[in-house]
Parts: sequence; structure tokens; C-alpha cells
Amino acid sequence: MVAPAKKPYRVVGSRPVRPDGTDKVTGRANYGADIRLPGMLYGRVLRSPHAHARIVRIDAAKALALPGVKAVITQADFPAAEDAITDLGETASNLKWLVDNVLASDRALYHGHAVAALAATDPHVAEDALALIEVEYEELPPVLSVHEAMAEGAPRVHPNMHTVEMLARFSPGPRSEHDIPNAASHLRLEIGDLDQGFAEAEVVIEREYETGTAHQGYIEPHNGTALWNESGELTVWLSTQGPFMMRDQLARVLKLPVSKIRVIPMEIGGGFGGKIPVYMEPMAAVLSKKTGRPVKMIMQRDEVLFGTGPTSATYVRVKLGAKRDGTLTAAEAYLAYEAGAYPGSPVGAGGMCMFSPYSVPNQRADCYDVIVNKPKVSAYRAPGAPAGSFAMESTLDELAEQLDIDPLELRQRNAAVDGTRRIDGAAFQSIGNEAVMRAAAESPHWNSELQGENRGRGIAMGYWGNGGLESSAYATVNRDGTVGLVLGSVDIGGQRAALAMQIAETLGIDYEQVKPIVVDTDSIGFTAVTGGSRTTFATGWAVHEAGLEIRRELEARAARIWEVDASLVHYDDDGVIRGPEDRSFTFREIAGQLHRTGGTVQGKADVMPEGTGPAFACHIVDVEVDPDTAKVEVLRYTAIQDVGTAIHPDYVEGQIQGGAVQGIGMALTEEYVYDDQGRLRNASLLDYRMPTTLDVPQIDTILVEEPNPGHPYGVRGVGEVPIVPPLAAVANAIHQATGVRTRRLPASPRVLLEELLPEE
Amino acid sequence: MQDLRYARASSVAEAARLLADGGPTARVLAGGTDVIVQARERTRQITLFVDIKGIPEAVDLRAANGEGLTLGAATPCHQIYGDAAVTSSYPALIDAASLIGGTAIQGRASFGGNLCNSSPAADGVPPLIALGASALIAGPGGERRVPVARFTTGPGQNVLEEGEFVVALEVPAPAPASGARFLRFIPRNEMDIAVVNVASSLRFDGGEVVEACVVVGAAAPTALVVEAAGEALVGSPLSEESIAAAAAAARDAVRPIDDMRGSIRQRRHLAGVLTERTLRDAARRARGEEVVSHP
Ligand SMILES: Cc1cc2nc3c(=O)[nH]c(=O)nc-3n(C[C@H](O)[C@H](O)[C@H](O)COP(=O)(O)OP(=O)(O)OC[C@H]3O[C@@H](n4cnc5c(N)ncnc54)[C@H](O)[C@@H]3O)c2cc1C
Repeated sequence: MVAPAKKPYRVVGSRPVRPDGTDKVTGRANYGADIRLPGMLYGRVLRSPHAHARIVRIDAAKALALPGVKAVITQADFPAAEDAITDLGETASNLKWLVDNVLASDRALYHGHAVAALAATDPHVAEDALALIEVEYEELPPVLSVHEAMAEGAPRVHPNMHTVEMLARFSPGPRSEHDIPNAASHLRLEIGDLDQGFAEAEVVIEREYETGTAHQGYIEPHNGTALWNESGELTVWLSTQGPFMMRDQLARVLKLPVSKIRVIPMEIGGGFGGKIPVYMEPMAAVLSKKTGRPVKMIMQRDEVLFGTGPTSATYVRVKLGAKRDGTLTAAEAYLAYEAGAYPGSPVGAGGMCMFSPYSVPNQRADCYDVIVNKPKVSAYRAPGAPAGSFAMESTLDELAEQLDIDPLELRQRNAAVDGTRRIDGAAFQSIGNEAVMRAAAESPHWNSELQGENRGRGIAMGYWGNGGLESSAYATVNRDGTVGLVLGSVDIGGQRAALAMQIAETLGIDYEQVKPIVVDTDSIGFTAVTGGSRTTFATGWAVHEAGLEIRRELEARAARIWEVDASLVHYDDDGVIRGPEDRSFTFREIAGQLHRTGGTVQGKADVMPEGTGPAFACHIVDVEVDPDTAKVEVLRYTAIQDVGTAIHPDYVEGQIQGGAVQGIGMALTEEYVYDDQGRLRNASLLDYRMPTTLDVPQIDTILVEEPNPGHPYGVRGVGEVPIVPPLAAVANAIHQATGVRTRRLPASPRVLLEELLPEE
Repeated sequence: MQDLRYARASSVAEAARLLADGGPTARVLAGGTDVIVQARERTRQITLFVDIKGIPEAVDLRAANGEGLTLGAATPCHQIYGDAAVTSSYPALIDAASLIGGTAIQGRASFGGNLCNSSPAADGVPPLIALGASALIAGPGGERRVPVARFTTGPGQNVLEEGEFVVALEVPAPAPASGARFLRFIPRNEMDIAVVNVASSLRFDGGEVVEACVVVGAAAPTALVVEAAGEALVGSPLSEESIAAAAAAARDAVRPIDDMRGSIRQRRHLAGVLTERTLRDAARRARGEEVVSHP
């Protein structure tokens, strides 16, 4: 449902069919698994069966003796890694750790950590050969939770690591004076005077929360095919959100100049942040170099769960101070997020986002990035924000109950507005937070009566900052009046359509006249990941600017044809070029004249826009809890969000619905299960339970459109914030239905039943 | 996936011979929804698949009036719930056939495969037991019949000897004034393994329960017939008290394990909950009321 808003646009805001749609539904679209090259070998990875072990010896002789096996590699086959920071966009990581995560060096640091890889002439032989690689391990004690890891005297996963004091998110400072075992870093975010804030409070409430490890759950497994040719050039076909990020990581791991590497992004079957780091792509490259043949590697489903980065399991403690009328005076949080085996959890974002929907003068968040013997986490949709918000929004719900204030009313009383300072000190500009809360208050869902037994309604807010970063685009005017739009942004969620629509709007032409194409890293300028809710925003800026360049050039061409001064020619927003004496060209007409006026016209732009608009969301959910089985059924769900301008409302709604469903999964069923030795017990989509279509109702959406003044069409990122509110919204609904506060998610039937049954 | 051979049998005798010749690493292939996964994941060593779907008796489906149901061991679920005679006379089988996996799985998965895979959580097994079904087994030594209740001997284990396979399942015709119901509990609403499942059947005579069978799955090494539940029910009209007594008997009888799919306490509790729910529905069906498989 779209709230009525004035729409001055012709194309923006309509719902055309996506250009890639037909090929995707007919199975013609090419994914990484479709790559087949002459002489191609098949690679497989041997993984550690232990959560923490010293690798004493690897003997590949028997594997190499198996007919068909062409090469076996270990980390010794990679160039030695020095310590350096490589920028991954959403997270930062040290090169040594990056390489060690790809293939273990002297120690395996998590169950499923890659230890060796091989290539063979057929996939069955490759699989058979894995069992023939002999690895001698010496098991070491694993640390498996932030509490264990940070305890005094805990075994240190990285013996030389010392807690670093962060100066700001992403900027590491000196060693901390308070070293904590396995805490890679500490970040303090703070505004105001916390003691003062609590002194002013009439009620103080403090609560603890935990969330489990959750995987992004993209359906397409990681894959990569590498060809390292005889002139030392590497070509890799793969599935990624960021071809340039892949290229740059490959360059660092393999010590190759970026000019020697060409990354060809195939269609992508989901990423959600998980398809940004390298995993087996560098192994495929080294295996190709060793064998002189192309090497294809595709992860099995269990390897995706074992060997790629999920999001952190977390521990968050929140303390709030408020006046009796609900005015918040102080907000404090302690957050410890599991980083996995190498630093880089999104804990800073957790601390950054959790209080942001509210105006609280005195705030502090202490954020700890904690090493444990689990897979290194990766970005996952609004990385870090859901867990922090779960804690904040649950505590607010309890505060509302204590103060006998309606939970939405409490939030509205404290709503952050333009000028409100965030915990990092920055002041908000042009935000739709209050408008979102108002739309929630006026929504049919919030105003409906919840009927029936064992039912409850929950509400929660969410915030996400959204990203900018670099994007390139160029557009070519064809003689037939169409425009070829060349993009470096991989299309995960309808970006081809959303970008084609923006340049069509700029040029005043029809959407169908634009032919977007996603190209490889040799064919366009550096473009950052499709992630961070940045693509429709930042690459949108680029296509708009490319469109403006075309407009200027076409004005010049028309002036030349009419033999008038260019200042008398104007390209209007309806796509008609008008000159003196009622002379005019449609876009199609002038396109047909280009070859006679100086040749093809291209517009191009390389941008790094500031002016990202933050996103706010409010979710409302009704649940029913079976009192006999503790199963939670989601009955009704409404997601309200400030989307800036919905360029293609279908895809905006799709993003919101998808995010909400992933959040529901984290709230109810999704979690990595480890045994006490740190072995992952549920590396399958049977026992790692993502919601199916039968587990969620239609997710209703209400789009609030507060255009972002930092973008020509008012775009703000929409993809990430919808995963933020569901955790607390569901937990708050469960509380209303049962009286039970679930402070650890997921609230699986097994866990919730313990709460509902009498104590034994 | 391991490299293996495939053979398609067109008669019972041919299948028995192929299996006997293939030795212990020859496996019957019915729908393949268990065994292909096992071959891929190498949880079972297999060198030969003997496909039985070309054997007419193994893909049979006959529900002759009053004579009971003959269900080919490899007959897929979708064919079972697509058959009007089976849906009207054996709704408890439909309860299971229509929830195993999802639509795609049901196009292949069979009751024979479900039984012979011998998982403690198999959804097809409790209703077969509650309905008094037996397995018709063929092998080098000829044919024999074993009640489904005694077929499975432990997780992944059953009474089949080398070279033997199940040709068909035979379910007696439902008696007048009888009804049965199967339910399972899973954390999601599809694509999951039963934390606990229960099938109950009841037969009434003049308002009194004269026969009762409660079978609990996923709560012991094999599906468990709760004798004490039957005893608590037989000989009196079905009442809140007798239902509660049967549920208590189920809770007492189960020997569940604690694993990531369920805790001991949860499984014990659910055995009681599902016993009560299946008994109520079985009674409704016995009275001729319609109880839809999945509301
Ligand atoms: C996605 C998915 C979801 C599933 N969901 C469920 C579920 O909800 N509930 C459930 O109970 N199961 C479920 N299963 C498991 C499986 O689908 C069922 O057990 C199914 O009934 C097996 O039947 P099949 O015909 O595919 O057996 P197959 O895989 O062909 O065979 C299973 C085993 O039995 C042996 N076998 C088969 N037929 C015979 C025979 N006639 N004689 C002797 N041995 C034989 C085979 O050699 C093999 O060892 C699921 C499986 C998948 C992949």
C-alpha cells in the first residue's frame, strides 16, 4: 500500500517489468554454476572437523596418487601475507586474517575452517580424493561464547592479540589500557552526561539480551571459476555483490596487481552481505595456476553454513532512565558481539543504531568485538543493528508497561527529529522518523482490535544509516533512440530496473528505451558493492549525471543542426529538445541524426555521493502462541518505512517483505547449534530453520515517502532497515500473548515451552 | 555423490535377484528422497540402486470395498492422496501422505521407503501401525508378512534380511464406527522432521471404546505402541478423564532423547498433547465428522 503522495515523475514510481526477469524465470540467466570451460577441473575444499586445533601435518600423497587428481594446495601455496588493512566496505579486516580465513595456516580456528583444497578432472573424483588427504590435528580448547571468551584467564584464540581502543567506528586507535581476553577492540560511543541523565531519571530499567548466530540464507551457494593464463592474467567468474571488492581482495591475497585480474560477475542468487568476502575464489586461482587449467569450485550447502560468514551471536545489556511521563533521560548499553575467528563483528553498528530513533540527551554504548572459535562473521543486512534494537525495543516495551503508557505513544514522545543528536554526535537532517511513527499510529493494523485467546501484538522501531561510496556508470545513445546503460553494480534486488528508471526519468524517455547491462571489472570504473542500501542511491546518482551529460550534448547537437547558438536550445524534462521558432526534436529523432552530427553520444559519471538519507522503520506484528506446544504463529504483519522515494515500489516492497521475513526467522527459528566442542550440528537447511512460505503471512507494507534532499530523486536506501525491527516486535508480541519476556532469541518452541511449563 | 550403478527391476523376482547379487551395498530405490540424499552425503555406502518402480505390485494402489487397502511399497504420496477411495476410508494415511516434505517430495516419496528407511521420526509409520497394517516382504526365500508394528527394530534397522524387500503394505478395511488421526509437531509449518508425532485409532461400540491404539513416534528408538494408553481407553466411553489418562500413559511410555530437534521434556510433553489431540479427532472421524488433514 502506498500512502498518497504527489508524484511529479513520469517513470519513477511506476512498476515496470524487470529487464532480467524473463531470463531468470525461464532458467536462461547465467549463474556461476553454469560456467563450463574447455579442460576445466573441479575443486573441492577439505575442512577442519575441530573447532580449534593445531595442524601438525598435512600429507596429500595418497590424494595426489588418485587418478584424476591434478593438484592439492594448502596455505603454503599462497604468497606470504603481511599485516595490512584491506577495506571491505561494510567491515574492515587485516590481510593476514583474510588469508588465514581463506585457508588455515598453522591452526584451524573453527569447525569447517578450510585446511586444504584440491582439483580433479571430475567432481566425484575430487570428492573421493578429499578423504585421502591426511591431516594430523592436535586439538586445542575452543572458546564458544563472548562470556567464555572474555573471562579472566580464558584461552586466547590469537595469543598476540591485544584489545584495541577504537577512536570511531572503522578507525582503530591505540592498545587499550584494559586488555580483555579475546576482545579485539572496544569502541565507546557517547554523548551528553550519562550520570546526570540517570540522576534526572524517575525510573531506571536494566535488562540483558542474547541472540543466536544467524546466516543470510541466500539460496545460491558461493561459486567461482578461475583461469590463470600463461601470460599471468587471472580471470574469475563468480557470484558476488561486489566484483571490484573481489578483485581487490584477490589482488591482495595473491599479490597481483589489480590490472592482472578480471572479475566477471555472474547473476547472483542472493547475498544479503554474505557475498562480499573471498572464500574459495583465491583457492581456485592458485589451483588454476598450479595446473594450468581452469578450476571451478562450488560450495555444497553445508560448506556455506560451515565456511562462510553468518552474523554475530550477541550479548547486549541495556539500561534506560526516564521520567514518569516517559521522557527518556539516559540510555546506556554494553554490547559484546561474536566476531568469529577473526576480528570484524558489526558491534559498532549495533551501538550506533539502537538508540537512534529516539532523542535521548545522554547516551553511551560500549561495544566489544569478541573472538570465538566460530566462522568469521560477515555482513548481514543492516549488520549488527537487529540485535541492538532487539534489546532496546524490548526494554522500551517493558518501560511502557511499567509507566502504563501505550508503547507507540512512548516512542512518539521520544522520537528523534531533524536536529536530534545521534550517539556519535551527528545531528539528523530531513528524517522521516516521526512520519513513520505517525503512519504506524494511523495504520489499519494498529487501529484494529486484536481478538482471540493466546494472541499478542508487538511493535518496534528500527534505524539504519545507509551507505554512499563510489559508483560508475555510462550510457550510450543508440541510433534507434534507445540507451545502453552500462553498470558496475551487480543486480540483486531489481537494480537494473531501478537504475534504468532513473536515467529514463532524467532523459524524459520511456523505461523500455533503456537497456541496462552489468559488466566486468575491466569494462567500467570502480563501483562499490551492491550492499549497504547504497546502489539505487549512489549508482542512481551516477546514471542521473550520465543522463545530464547526454542532455547537454544533445542540446549542442540540436544547436548544430539548427545552426543556432546552444544557449537557445533546451532539453526539457519530457525528453523534447526545443529551440527557437518552435523547432524541436524528440529524443528518438535526434538519436537518428547523431551519425551526421559528430557521431555517438555517451554520458558518463563517476560519483561518490554524500547526502545519504537514513532509514527508519516501524513494524507491527500479531502472533498467536499455542499454549500446549509453545509454537508461535505469525498472524498479521505490517511494516511501515520511510523509503525516501520509491523508485520501483514493487521492489521496495519486496525488500521490506524479505527483510521482515529474515527478521522473523531470527526471532523464531534460525540459529546455529553447536555442541560443547564447538562443532556445528545443524549445517543444513533442514535443521537451520529459515521460515518457509507457510510460516509467514502476507507482509503488508506502508511506504512513507520523505524524499532525501541529498539525491536527485529523493532516494534513501531501503534494503536493510526492514530486518531491524522484527526481533523485538515479535518478542513484544509473544510477551503480550503469554506474559513471558523472551530475552534470548530465537524463541523456538523448545525454549519457549520451558517458560510456559511449570518449573520442574 | 558417490559413483554407483543403477538397475531397474520389472518383476519381484528380478528385484530379489539383483538385491541378492548386489550384496549389502545394494539398496532399493523407491522415490529416492531418503536414499539419494544419503548417497550424496555419503552417510551410507551404496554401490547399486535397484529401482523397484517398474514392478507393477510395488506401485499398486487398490482400495477394494470391504477388503482393505493394498498399497504398493513405492507408490508415491501424491497418488495416495489423489485417490478418492483412500482419502475417504483412510484419512489418517492422508494426514501423513500430505505432509511428508512438500509438494515436490510427495511426487516421489513412498510409504515403503518411509518404513524401510526406519527413522524413529518417520511420519508414515505411526498411522500404518495404528491402522493395523502389515508389510508384504519378498526375497530369496519367498514371501512373508510382518506387522508394521514389528517391522522396525531400531534407528535405521528393520527385519529385512539380505535380498529381501517390501513389495506392498496391506491395511485392513476400517471397521464401522472407527476413526484414526495422525498429527506431528514441528517448529515450522513444513519441511521439517517431527519433534514428536502420534497416530491414534479408536473403535466404538454402543458409545464405548472397544479398541484403541496410540502410537508415538520420534520419542523412542522406534515408533512406540503405548499399550497403557489403549488400556486406559478401552471399556468406557471416551471422556476427558480417559483422554487425560491416555496422554499420561503416553508421557510415561516414551523414552525420548535430547537433541537439537527437541529436548526430553519437550518431547515427553508433546507426546501427551498430541495423544489428546489425535484421540479427539479420531473420535470425530469415528462419528463420521470431517476432520481436515491440515486446517
Ligand atoms: C526435503 C525432504 C523433506 C522430507 N520430509 C519428510 C517428512 O516430513 N516426513 C518424513 O517422514 N520424511 C520426510 N522426508 C524423508 C523421505 O521423504 C521419506 O522418508 C519418504 O517416505 C521416503 O520414501 P522414498 O520412496 O523416497 O524412499 P527411498 O529414498 O527410495 O528409500 C528409503 C530407504 O528405504 C529403502 N527402501 C525403499 N523402498 C524399499 C522397499 N520397498 N523395500 C526395502 N527397502 C526399501 C531404500 O533402500 C532406502 O534405504 C523428507 C525428505 C526430504 C528430502
